[in-house]
Amino acid sequence: MLDLLWLVPVIPFIGFLILTLTFGKLPQLAAGVVGAGSIGLSFVFAFLAGSSFLGAELTSYSQTLWTWMSVGDLDVGFTLYLDGVSLVMMYVITGIGFLIHVYATGYMSGDPSFARFFSYMNLFVSAMLILVLADNLALLFMGWEGVGLCSYLLIGFWYKDPNNGYCARKAFVMTRVGDAFMAIGLFTLFVSTGTLNIQEAMLEAEAQWVVGSAVATAVTLLLLGGAVGKSAQLPLQTWLPDAMAGPTPISALIHAATMVTAGVYLIARTHVLYLLAPEVQYLVGVIGAITLLMAGFTALTQSDIKKVLAFSTVSQIGYMFLALGVGAWSSAIFHLMTHAFFKALLFLTAGSIILAMHHEQDIFKMGGLRKDLRWSHALFLIGTLGLVAFPGFSGFFSKEEILASAMANHDGGYILYLAGLLGAVMTYLYSFRLYFLVFYGKKTHDGHEVMGLHLQGPLVLLAIGAVLAGLIHIPVEGVFPEMEEHHPSVMAQAAMILLPMLGGLLAWWVFIKGKVDTEKLAGQGIGATLHRFWFTQWGMDWLYDKIIVMPYTWLAEVNKTDFIDSIYNGSARAVRFCHEVMSETQTGQLRWYAISVAYGLLLLVVLGVLL
Amino acid sequence: MEMPTVTMQVIPMEHGLLLAAILFVMGMVGVLTRRNLVFILMSLEVMLNATGLAFIVASSRWGQVDGQIMFLMILSLAAAEVAVALGLVLQLFHKRKTLDINVLGEMKG
Repeated sequence: MLDLLWLVPVIPFIGFLILTLTFGKLPQLAAGVVGAGSIGLSFVFAFLAGSSFLGAELTSYSQTLWTWMSVGDLDVGFTLYLDGVSLVMMYVITGIGFLIHVYATGYMSGDPSFARFFSYMNLFVSAMLILVLADNLALLFMGWEGVGLCSYLLIGFWYKDPNNGYCARKAFVMTRVGDAFMAIGLFTLFVSTGTLNIQEAMLEAEAQWVVGSAVATAVTLLLLGGAVGKSAQLPLQTWLPDAMAGPTPISALIHAATMVTAGVYLIARTHVLYLLAPEVQYLVGVIGAITLLMAGFTALTQSDIKKVLAFSTVSQIGYMFLALGVGAWSSAIFHLMTHAFFKALLFLTAGSIILAMHHEQDIFKMGGLRKDLRWSHALFLIGTLGLVAFPGFSGFFSKEEILASAMANHDGGYILYLAGLLGAVMTYLYSFRLYFLVFYGKKTHDGHEVMGLHLQGPLVLLAIGAVLAGLIHIPVEGVFPEMEEHHPSVMAQAAMILLPMLGGLLAWWVFIKGKVDTEKLAGQGIGATLHRFWFTQWGMDWLYDKIIVMPYTWLAEVNKTDFIDSIYNGSARAVRFCHEVMSETQTGQLRWYAISVAYGLLLLVVLGVLL
Repeated sequence: MEMPTVTMQVIPMEHGLLLAAILFVMGMVGVLTRRNLVFILMSLEVMLNATGLAFIVASSRWGQVDGQIMFLMILSLAAAEVAVALGLVLQLFHKRKTLDINVLGEMKG
């Protein structure tokens, strides 16, 4: 069954072709069947290929479909490569992707561009699968750009609102900044190792490069640039909250479960290079730690339900980067998987709440919804418990692994551990703030749960995943270097579990008991300053506006009459001047013409005689 | 019978060319100064004939027929030109009721 691997990315692409080439003429039912069915079928083949891969106890399997390009030393094949990591990614993308597609058939029902939505979604899944199954960096980069394109198309899906278009462009441009770094990194890697095949390049680099050498540092830094752009980490994270302008299933699929974790996948995939550049690897951890704290504080101040979840995504990916930074590669992939479950669940449940509230997203206009929205309440609670890593839920297993690895790391890992712990407290605080504000407190608006098998069905399956995914053992032993088991002391474990709960307690104390007047706190003095600072993502958007956007627009303003144009305008003006002079000679008087002919003749004769 | 000997007085080439030049200049002055289109055409004919004369003089000077052939060509060309030009002049007069080129000159600039 392994030779059917190629069908996994191809089937969603066929779905995309069908939906695109019918130009939206397909009835909604048919479009939904094609759109969600293609992902379902892809999941079936992924499952078949994956189980025979695991059954055969292979470490890797590759399948060459054709040679993509062959120029000189460069030989890039359209080759799929399956190992433990790409297997996990493939399952996450097709499995969770399928559930989100099914949910979307309900969520998007009645939208005039229903088929267009699913064609983009299918193209996205196909590109994402190529990204994770690519055996060389060129193919990976193609998938990487493909998902970026689909992200752009889907954020701006409701393109009639200009703001959505702005958000889509922002996401596209910001990630493109990272992609430029990544492309240069790929070129450098190719120049140094002479191959773009990931496994060969890793072996070559291991043989050639000295630990901490300039080329290792440069390549890893450049690849890190691509990863932080895609995964919305500091300093390129500002696009992700704006990406919430897209329909909610998009936020769940692209901006929570799959695409934004591509950066984590890239670094895990090229972990050999990072082991050769320890400083950069540590930098990855530091970026993760700072990002997770920053996003945590920002999530605490947001009022849009989707933005809170967006910042929590940024924060959780920060955890994955932290794990990569301390060399806990498998923990990062593990957290990626559990996060995909509970964050997709949270986003889709948020979508249900938004549907029930008639597209209201402000959490301060919700409240007391636990009676009206029983389903959403239960599902959201499960998702929240997964997010905060409540013992027994999936997030608990992966986050504890990360924190334990950070604690055991001797090269400055302790600081990262403390940041992670503080981040865990923040996670409790902002998650339960969100939960309490939406479901408890005074009821202000009535909500009516929108019911349907294709809405609640996927949610229940995701909820089961969000509870149980922590028990799954991911088969990545052959891919990553062996890690010693960390067994923190009982005290440390207790601290890791109990300390973050203080955050939950604080949320309960503030938002249920009402012991603290949050409006007063955020309204005056240092509280107001902090609130503004956190709310604006630590002023990052403002900073970029001042540093990049404003000088650029100023330059554009100053040079409005492009000075290079003056060369061309000048030549046009010279021609026009000559034209005016010459047209003076066209008097319309016949005798003038005749006499100029005569003079010309005379001139020629004189010249002939003289010369 | 004794043939009377006739000694032809050869006209020197310079005279012929001078006459041609005078004719040419007269024609040109006519073209430049006349206002009536018909007279301009007539002056043009004079100029053409002046060149024709120059060709004839040159051909008899060197005893070659090329110049005479050239004159025949100029003659037929002049005939054709006059035919076309007079037709145009007639049309112009029908339309504008004048042949004054100062009035007819409209193509300023």
